[in-house]
Amino acid sequence: MQFQEIQQILSKRVVGIAGCGGLGSNAAVALARVGIGKLILADFDTVELSNLNRQYFFIDQIGAPKVTALQTTIAKISPATAVDAHIMKLDPETIVALYRSCDVLIEAFDKAEMKEMIIETALLRLPGLPLISGVGMAGWGRNDRIRVEQTGKLFIIGDGISEADEEHPPLAPRVGVVSNMMANVALDILLGSEKE
Amino acid sequence: MKLTLNHVQEDILTEKMLLTINELRALKKFSFKFLVVKVNGVLVLRDQYDTVTVKEGDFVEIIHLISGG
Repeated sequence: MQFQEIQQILSKRVVGIAGCGGLGSNAAVALARVGIGKLILADFDTVELSNLNRQYFFIDQIGAPKVTALQTTIAKISPATAVDAHIMKLDPETIVALYRSCDVLIEAFDKAEMKEMIIETALLRLPGLPLISGVGMAGWGRNDRIRVEQTGKLFIIGDGISEADEEHPPLAPRVGVVSNMMANVALDILLGSEKE
Repeated sequence: MKLTLNHVQEDILTEKMLLTINELRALKKFSFKFLVVKVNGVLVLRDQYDTVTVKEGDFVEIIHLISGG
């Protein structure tokens, strides 16, 4: 498939991204670069200096809401990509309301309890919606441990064991690997090449 | 009890014919707090971990969710 044809398909597709930190911001930019039609972003947080070791933000965006900063960046890369930016903390009700019309949903939360909440919500209330989740990307190295696991329409990407904490911070290279693998699985689904 | 746990065939050492999700977690020493559990492809919610059971031959997935993103 030539890029023009890929772009034509993707320009009609909508991807939801829940959380715009390390995973969400990088996956959003990767999808914008290939010409996705619309991104629905949600995050309650603002950009901090400590985010810049992995998240797709800039020094002059510190203090800005992450979703609006990302919206500005995406406009500079892919003006044809529409961005719905929601400054909000998601819960089951708002997840269903915001993402029910998406073609794919990317779970890019930081906290494990939020990951559990969105996966349960999607599996129960949005059963036809493919969900891509990132689990285990702290630290560095160990490329060979990062993999995709599929169960039904749920795709889990990461090493499954590297939890982020003070001694094991998430860093740009490994977060970048996982977030781009998430975007790559989204393309597999959107371009109709995923295995059922 | 022979079952498929996270895509691996396992023989769980137990006298019981049925194990609840929490009993299975304890036997396997699965200590992670946040999970997605599916039995034969059906989602099991957190408040069902003491009531929903698995039996011989079941296909069980217990996915651990950890922080970082």
